[in-house]
Amino acid sequence: MAITKKQSAELAKQVFEYAPAPEAIDHVHIAPTYGLFIGGKIVEPHSKKRFPTINPATEKKLAEVSEADAVDVDRAVKAAGRAFDSWSNLAPSKRARYLFRISRLIQERARELAVVETMDGGKPIKESRDVDIPLAAAHFFYYAGWADKLEWAFPNRKPRPLGVAGQVIPWNFPLLMLAWKIAPALAAGNTVVLKPAETTPLSAMVFAEICMQAELPPGVVNIVTGAGKTGSLVVEHPGVKKVAFTGSTEVGKLIQRALAGTGKKLTLELGGKAANIVFEDAPLDQAVEGIVNGIYFNQGHVCCAGSRLLVQESIFEPLMEKLKRRLSTLRLGDPLDKNTDIGAINSRAQLEKIQGLVESGIEEGAELYQPECRLPERGFWFPPTLFTNVSQSYRIAREEIFGPVLSVLTFRTPAEAVEKANNTPYGLSAGVWTDKGSRILWMAEHLRAGVVWANTFNRFDPTSPFGGYKESGYGREGGIHGLAAYLDLN
Amino acid sequence: MRGVRSVDEVGADERAASLAKRSIKKASKLWALDLAVRCMDLTTLEGSDTTGKVTALCAKAIRPKPGDPTIPSVAAICVYPARVADAVEHLRGSKVRVASVSTAFPSGQSFLSIKVAETEDAVRAGAHEIDMVIDRGAFLSGDYQRVYDEIVAVKEACGQAHLKVILETGELGTYDAVRRASILAMAAGADFIKTSTGKVQPAATLPVSLVMMEAIRDFVRETGRPVGFKAAGGIRTSKQAIAYLVLLYETLGSDWMTPERFRLGASTLLNDVLMQIDKERTGVYQSGDYFTID
Repeated sequence: MAITKKQSAELAKQVFEYAPAPEAIDHVHIAPTYGLFIGGKIVEPHSKKRFPTINPATEKKLAEVSEADAVDVDRAVKAAGRAFDSWSNLAPSKRARYLFRISRLIQERARELAVVETMDGGKPIKESRDVDIPLAAAHFFYYAGWADKLEWAFPNRKPRPLGVAGQVIPWNFPLLMLAWKIAPALAAGNTVVLKPAETTPLSAMVFAEICMQAELPPGVVNIVTGAGKTGSLVVEHPGVKKVAFTGSTEVGKLIQRALAGTGKKLTLELGGKAANIVFEDAPLDQAVEGIVNGIYFNQGHVCCAGSRLLVQESIFEPLMEKLKRRLSTLRLGDPLDKNTDIGAINSRAQLEKIQGLVESGIEEGAELYQPECRLPERGFWFPPTLFTNVSQSYRIAREEIFGPVLSVLTFRTPAEAVEKANNTPYGLSAGVWTDKGSRILWMAEHLRAGVVWANTFNRFDPTSPFGGYKESGYGREGGIHGLAAYLDLN
Repeated sequence: MRGVRSVDEVGADERAASLAKRSIKKASKLWALDLAVRCMDLTTLEGSDTTGKVTALCAKAIRPKPGDPTIPSVAAICVYPARVADAVEHLRGSKVRVASVSTAFPSGQSFLSIKVAETEDAVRAGAHEIDMVIDRGAFLSGDYQRVYDEIVAVKEACGQAHLKVILETGELGTYDAVRRASILAMAAGADFIKTSTGKVQPAATLPVSLVMMEAIRDFVRETGRPVGFKAAGGIRTSKQAIAYLVLLYETLGSDWMTPERFRLGASTLLNDVLMQIDKERTGVYQSGDYFTID
């Protein structure tokens, strides 16, 4: 049968809708209930309380997780305190060996971890598989290498560990943030009490199994689950010598207040409202990919997301046309499907926050664009969204949305681009797209942001320090700089 | 030509790599494999090509799997000019087209008069499609005008025949140059732009194809004239073929998923596609002995 061009094109539309390609989940065991990981063992919580953690793509309960109270947190900190002496005095090369072992175990259990991360958090499997888990393993691998070279990392200083580190991490990259926190702390000789986010505790519980599998000495790593209350118990516990927090600027400020005068060392990695700046000579098709990766990666749940697009006016129209076309090819749906580009919003609360800010954008007069996109009936979903006609004063241009929502502004000159990019209380990251090398350097010099990406976006590496200016926090994670936060260098 | 927008190499490579990870299963895989057959330019370009070799290939082109009428014919046979008459004779009555390489293929290092004459003779012998090569020597030395003029002259010599312009991307060095050559060829009148001769390594790659498809997209936006794309050289497996179709689908859209706008030039790909189609239909791999070697 001869097929005409039109029939064939029609056929393409009908049939080349990629068939479902779900990642297998039968190899993953999620227990009905989880305890706390204290002193090298899984223990029942003193609180006797548990709370559910759900799959945001289906709203189905995955497991019940313990809610640690003051007694539980105290036990965890004391276990970490007891472990500190022997851990910090262990031959550094032996500490390294444990970290290498953890890194290897993360790699061995990568598929399982990726599925758990995706089911508990809603992110597409291709991201947990290709980004979160490999990077988490890479962090342990990288810091393992430093454990016996601290004196070379900081010449003519006497690097000493601080003691027990209290670490509170967010829900956007659960295992990766755990790795960012635990790997440098352990390499430097500290012991830790970590509190994962209440919506995404499961990968941390798998990590607890990995610690046991690696035969890590009891108490070196302790994991207490719970909500904000548990987090504040961890950071305020007098046995904690160093606090590391990644999360919202609001909570960061509370922690800073609570810790004032306690002598605890503190690093904060908070919110952002990054400018992604596209000049008229930029490679446009790649810039479009960078813009998409910048704001729609992980549903925009990224503190360094490129949520403000600054476009040179002369290319506004062709760039918008390309960007809108590209948005229409984004595949939103089952996060476990290997072809999914945009997964589920992490929680109902976050979805409502995004919806509220998008409504404010419409009210303030910005022009909304969303590609045709069918949202699944159950679960928390938000379509990729783009706002044009945005003014600097609109809430959507100033506040962190933490969702797949891009605000587009224009500029005329490099100086104006810098001015607009810096005109925010945040300063975590920025992107520059241009063919001209000298302009990249000039922009990097003038942008007040901890990370400036040139002709790329959202690229991470364990060797590279990461952290913010202004209300995006202080302290650096990653690289040698990340070690310094866990050492007494005086 | 130097004003043509640049391409970021890292970004293009990344995008192509991420599209290559698409997982195409079941119905969509079967459909893609069927399309791969329909869009195939079954190729033989050897000094040792004879009437007998071309005859055998023509039979394969019309009926890739004897005894299985659900497998469509391929789009075209691609041969040297001297073998066009053989192909025309043995494809008579079928819908399979005859494509002839031309213009001192594969190097293109000859006189314009000869390139034009070669093209005219090939068309006279019955070729429906001409696959010309650009003069890379002229292109790399910056003589874009000469490259342009040659394409225009060959296009004229083609008459009604469709013109595919081979950029030989493996010799161009950068994606910037690939994009520039793509725009140049389209502006000069190419009906298709094609990656490679298959005689130079690297031949077709996914990122190079992405860059060319994006150039087509921009050209269509500027002029409204759709231009086809042909990937050729080194495409041997179904998995590779599907990756090209995914790239095409997500870059140029379903309007391009037709033999009028997309071709895969290959000599050994067909049997692998046939084998995969059987695998999808029956759930098991058949022995290679069930597929004819022509």
